[in-house]
Amino acid sequence: MEQVPLSHVLVLSTALFFLGVYGFFSRRNLVTMLMSVELMLNSININFVAFNKYLYPHQLEGLFFTLFIITIAAAEVSLAIAIIINLYRKFKTIDIDDTQTMKY
Amino acid sequence: MSYDFSALLIILLPLFCFILLAVFGKKINPKLSGIIGSVTIALTAILSVYVAYCYFFEIGKQGEAYVRHISYQFQWLKFNENLSIDLGIVLDPISVMMLFVITFVSAMVNIYSLIYMHDEERFRMYYAYLSLFTFSMLGLVVAVNIFQMYIFWELVGVSSFLLIGFYFTKPSAIAAAKKAFIVTRFADLGFLIGILMLSYGAKTLDFFTLIERLTQVGSPYLTSFVSTSFLGLSTLSWALLLVFIGGAGKSAMFPLHIWLPDAMEGPTPVSALIHAATMVVAGVYLVARLFPVFAISAPDALHIIAYIGAFTALFAAIIACTQTDIKRVLAYSTISQIAFMMFALGVAGWGEGKAEGFTASMFHLFTHAFFKALLFLGAGAVIHAVHSNEMDDMGGLRKAMPITHITFLLACLAIAGFPPFAGFFSKEAILYSASQSNTLVYYVGLLTSGITSFYMFRLYFKIFWNKESHHHTHNHEKGQWAMNIPLILLAVGAVFAGFIPFGSYVSADGINLQFPFHLGFSIAPVAFGIIGLAIAAALYKEEKGLPDELATTFGNLYQWAYHKFYIDEVYAFVTKKVLFNLVGRPAAWFDRNVVDGMINGSASITGFVSFEIKGMQSGRLQTYTMFFLGGILLIAAMLVMKFM
Repeated sequence: MEQVPLSHVLVLSTALFFLGVYGFFSRRNLVTMLMSVELMLNSININFVAFNKYLYPHQLEGLFFTLFIITIAAAEVSLAIAIIINLYRKFKTIDIDDTQTMKY
Repeated sequence: MSYDFSALLIILLPLFCFILLAVFGKKINPKLSGIIGSVTIALTAILSVYVAYCYFFEIGKQGEAYVRHISYQFQWLKFNENLSIDLGIVLDPISVMMLFVITFVSAMVNIYSLIYMHDEERFRMYYAYLSLFTFSMLGLVVAVNIFQMYIFWELVGVSSFLLIGFYFTKPSAIAAAKKAFIVTRFADLGFLIGILMLSYGAKTLDFFTLIERLTQVGSPYLTSFVSTSFLGLSTLSWALLLVFIGGAGKSAMFPLHIWLPDAMEGPTPVSALIHAATMVVAGVYLVARLFPVFAISAPDALHIIAYIGAFTALFAAIIACTQTDIKRVLAYSTISQIAFMMFALGVAGWGEGKAEGFTASMFHLFTHAFFKALLFLGAGAVIHAVHSNEMDDMGGLRKAMPITHITFLLACLAIAGFPPFAGFFSKEAILYSASQSNTLVYYVGLLTSGITSFYMFRLYFKIFWNKESHHHTHNHEKGQWAMNIPLILLAVGAVFAGFIPFGSYVSADGINLQFPFHLGFSIAPVAFGIIGLAIAAALYKEEKGLPDELATTFGNLYQWAYHKFYIDEVYAFVTKKVLFNLVGRPAAWFDRNVVDGMINGSASITGFVSFEIKGMQSGRLQTYTMFFLGGILLIAAMLVMKFM
């Protein structure tokens, strides 16, 4: 069976990453921004898996890293959601443009 | 009681008295504090008579000569193996003599002040200060170590400052106290540098080791010290001259004399104690202490001292003729008399037939203490009665104050050098030793002793004769035993102190020294004295316009002398116009603009930069992330550049 070449997978992950970056910078809603961050993390996961499979098929480090990242992402999401909820309680909004009090 | 212990008690009793009065004195009745002070000091005076007796007649002499006797000595501050500061008590002819003079005059002044100061609010502190002063002065004269002397020297300066400024509500007293302190402190800078140079050269601070090392011909210390020279004087001479500057400051030698007349702002008994009999002779004592080094190793320094002394003697005597404040006349007279002692040391040398000046100087110091303290206390009694310092407010007081009158007259006769009063003998000795070595100084001294006689009798006639007094007809002295007894005791000293064969006890090398007494030699000084007296009597015995006419005739000279030769103005010009403008202002400018400017500049740069960049702290989460991303991309780009 003919394999999908590595470069295709890398193009996919790069596209996903920059979609995440674009989303992070362009959205004003904190939940959407959080989703963009998740997108970036997952693009990294794809990279790890792909490199592991294509370059070192007999080793498992890439997969382990992926598992770690998923765990950390879960923790990070729970923290971020907590922050967002607190922010909402204080400002009655989660729009980033309306919550700029932490400045000079 | 042992004799060493008595010497220790002499020093420590005034200190205890000071601590008692100053620290724990709140509970003591003020009247009692005066009694405590007087009794303590009187006790030290008795002890010092005992010590002097023991020293001069029992233990002081070894063979032919008086030798020094170290009563106590302990190491106080050690710098290294060879250099340490010791504190101790040394008894030798001059220190024993000074112990007696200081405690005696101090006791007289303490007793006198019981009446003179009795209605002062700070009576207790006055006695505390007197005790402090007595302690410091005694510590100074028994110093075994040049640094010990320096410590007590400064203590003396402080207590003098406190006493001059005793009436601290009077601005003039504050100014005088500050002036005295600053001028003497400025001179002490010279003293300190001199001490450092001497101790560097001799590798010791101990007086006697230092003298020994710097007087032995061929000793390595002396050789290295005199081998370098600057402006024609050896380093040793410079060191000794710097030490002398300290002494000149305390002893009010020209041009550092300006503080002494102003110091008369203090209470009159204080002037009698500090500014006549004791503190102002500290400079003479210092030179006398180091006399062997001066005489053997640096005679050129001694010559300079002789000329400064002779000049100051004449200079101060001329000013004294024109002053109208009686205490100021006495102040200038003090300067002049101390200058006599100074030039007597200056004309002395080392060895057979040359060292008379040393004994003469110490002799004059001794007799001067009596008659000058007496003059000040007499003037104090007059001021107490008249409530004024000005001569013109006095006159005809001889009936109102018979005891003061007689004692004052005796003191005037003594200071003017009429036989057989004390001043005659000591002044003869000084003039004799001057005539032996330096004719110019001798003639200046002779002229000055004539002027001395003139201004002292001018003072005497102006106070006690001149016009008839209107409101002072009753006797002012009744019941004031505490003021009269010191006057009488001091008068006894002023009359009889001259008969002591001083040379047998005090001489440069401790060996008996007899002054050759020529009747012919005494004629000139006594004649000058009589001329001075006669002129003063002619001018001032009765009130007439002649003095004013003379003042107009002499015009400029009179004005110059009346204004003290404008020395104060010169100082004011030098400090205010020259030093302030050329040094003070640039220094202040430098401080404000450069030193402060650097600090303020760095602060304002920081402030400016942070004000400008604080906009970056926008509170926008995405902006921060943008910077972060930018940084990451930059690092990535750099890595790519590196590995491509």
